[in-house]
Amino acid sequence: MKRYFRELSVAGALLILLLVLALFAPAFFQPQPLRSLLTREAPTLVVACGMAFVIIIRQIDISVGSQFAVCSVCAGLLAALKWPLVLVLPASVALGALMGAFNGMLVAGLRLPSIVVTLATMVTWREALRWQRQGQFVNLPDNLQWFGLSQSGGQWTLIGAALVVLTLLAWATRHLAAGRFIYAIGSDAEAARLAGLRPQSTTFAVFVFMGALVGLAAMMNVVQSPQVDPKSGSGLELKVIAAAVVGGVAVSGGRGRLWGVFAGLLLLACISPALTHFHVEAYWEKAIQGAIILLAVVADGVRSRKQIR
Amino acid sequence: MSAANAPLLQLSSVAKSFGAVRALRGVSFDLRAGEVHALLGENGAGKSTLIKVITGAHQPDGGTLAMDGGLLEKLSPAAARKLGIACIYQQPALFPDLAVAENIALRLESGGALRKVDWAARRLQAVGLLERIGADISPDAEVRSLSMPEQQLVEIACAIGSGARIVIMDEPTASLTRKEVALLFAVVRDLRSRGVGVVYISHRLEEIFELADRVTVLRDGQSVGTCPVSGMTEAGLIKLMVGREVAQLYPPAEGVAGQVVLALKQLGCAAGGVKNVSLEIRAGEIVGLAGLVGAGRTELARVLFGITPADSGEISLNGRSITVASPQDAVGQGIAYVPEDRRRHGVILEMHIAQNMSMAIHSRIFPAAWLRDGAEARLAQEFIRNLGIKAYGPQAPGGSLSGGNQQKVSLARWLATRPKVLILDEPTQGVDVGAKSEIHKIIRRLAMEGLAVLMISSDLPEVLGMSDRIAVMRGGTITALLPGKSEAHAVMAAALGQNP
Repeated sequence: MKRYFRELSVAGALLILLLVLALFAPAFFQPQPLRSLLTREAPTLVVACGMAFVIIIRQIDISVGSQFAVCSVCAGLLAALKWPLVLVLPASVALGALMGAFNGMLVAGLRLPSIVVTLATMVTWREALRWQRQGQFVNLPDNLQWFGLSQSGGQWTLIGAALVVLTLLAWATRHLAAGRFIYAIGSDAEAARLAGLRPQSTTFAVFVFMGALVGLAAMMNVVQSPQVDPKSGSGLELKVIAAAVVGGVAVSGGRGRLWGVFAGLLLLACISPALTHFHVEAYWEKAIQGAIILLAVVADGVRSRKQIR
Repeated sequence: MSAANAPLLQLSSVAKSFGAVRALRGVSFDLRAGEVHALLGENGAGKSTLIKVITGAHQPDGGTLAMDGGLLEKLSPAAARKLGIACIYQQPALFPDLAVAENIALRLESGGALRKVDWAARRLQAVGLLERIGADISPDAEVRSLSMPEQQLVEIACAIGSGARIVIMDEPTASLTRKEVALLFAVVRDLRSRGVGVVYISHRLEEIFELADRVTVLRDGQSVGTCPVSGMTEAGLIKLMVGREVAQLYPPAEGVAGQVVLALKQLGCAAGGVKNVSLEIRAGEIVGLAGLVGAGRTELARVLFGITPADSGEISLNGRSITVASPQDAVGQGIAYVPEDRRRHGVILEMHIAQNMSMAIHSRIFPAAWLRDGAEARLAQEFIRNLGIKAYGPQAPGGSLSGGNQQKVSLARWLATRPKVLILDEPTQGVDVGAKSEIHKIIRRLAMEGLAVLMISSDLPEVLGMSDRIAVMRGGTITALLPGKSEAHAVMAAALGQNP
């Protein structure tokens, strides 16, 4: 109980918000807008899971938004060339993994600070894409949207896919040795190395996996509309880092749970519709989200101070 | 006593404790103007704590400090510096990215953050100070580009520039060549002739005889004697340093040592500063590795465990030559290393003790990379029982345990790898007396079960009490192999490089 206090408090905050909405703004729970909200957040959740691993191993990846745009556009172009979905999806995942490998190579191989490396790749991918597309949208074939299903069918598929990814990864962190390695290396890389783990190759693998998840998420986003916006994914890195931090992933590494990240993401995502239902001006959304992030960071800071004492 | 003939610095019955550890138990020490006063003692005798009390870094729990006969109360590092107390540490505390002149200026200049910097005057001052101590260093050089002795000279320039009346030197010659030592000594003698009092700490006895006027020997946080150097012999000093009975009872060695398990031939590693080490350890044998801090003991362990792999010589295990290029190699070959400083490199405090124990054997107890909590908990329970670890269960976080129990968890992690050779680095450092004797019993039991044990320890009684043989290191190599029943002063003499 005490161990998961941080996650439970986020889940509690989310529950309270939902309860208040249920009492005073039941319209929030109308199936269709709610489903749309969840569908919008589904790709973000997938990326947030990867980001949680990156932060737990004590790194950061701010290039995910740009990776997301590159994967989206490339997936769109391939689909426009009449590639079938079963080929476009793996291509997008592979492309993401490749970009992740590039980050991983620089961070783990050359031991450069990840914030600088991913800042550089963030700008590079984004600008390369802008130069290539000149702001042009990619038109997609009709059968790609919602996988050719009805809108509600497609939405349920995406929500389901995101939840499956979340569940699988949460299970894997608990039951696969690889999950343990990530926590151990994030807590204390030197102790882990002395215990025979391989901090550098594990870090590399985490960046590759992050990229692969971005590729998957990009695909989950592409199928939601008839066109691909080359500017898609801007600000995604901040959204997922915020979700991870609010959800109890320690920026100092070694701590965090995926279901906490899930709760954190939902909490941040519900702010905007809640404001609408309470007739508060939408300008407040960012300020409130900022306050929540600040609160989470302060809570972690106070916590680790106590531990040191 | 009037201020005129009072000593420059007088410490009376100074005491300092850290938790249960009594680092200083009433040390009295005095320093006169214009003398070099050497401070001598084995590892952990209280030298560093005493220095930190003088420089204001630590507040003493009891006793008094006086300068020129005036009491110093609540001395802070800033106040100490204002009074003219300067300390030159073994590792110079300079800013590597700034130029020499800027480093000197940072120490000497005062004034607000918005004052205008007079660069020409800064440079001139630096040139003057460096000239005074005969150092050939450009004031514009980045400190990063200087050698260790050059950096020490910059520190001395700072001390002189600040008009220090008391200069403390903590093993200043540890990394200097003979020529540089001669230069340093000339500077120290010059300081003395100007009426500065110098506290000089060194493990090199010959330096003390060459340079110092008086010497004070510390042992177990007490001063055991202050006397003029002229009336002392090296043997006399060594006797003063170690003169105590082995008070603790150590588990007796039974049985005979078996086959040679680990054999090192001319082992060396330039990066680790280890050279030409030859040693054999037999099954069932505990070899104590003694030496002073910086003698290369931990470095040797790191070579054996593949952290800084050997670049010359040979390691053989059970008669077969092996290469150890990484910790994974070492674990695979059956070499285990319980590192020093368990808080940093041993137990991961956020993780369960069961997770900590299975850390080095993941591939064995989790064959398909699946974690099996049952297997892990059984492993942990076995070690908790076997080693007598006091914890509420396998799920207890590593950080919730006492130092001694953390050390046992660290030990369990490595025993789980079923090693043939166990290297222990300061196995009882910072552990209370009860846990210490338990750990000693465990180590002896492991040896009797057929393990070859190499035990690094700075605790001389522990080395003497536990070891079947004692290897003494100095300057990165083994300089003496002594039987386990050696006298303390023989080990100390070898560690100091004296011929007994």
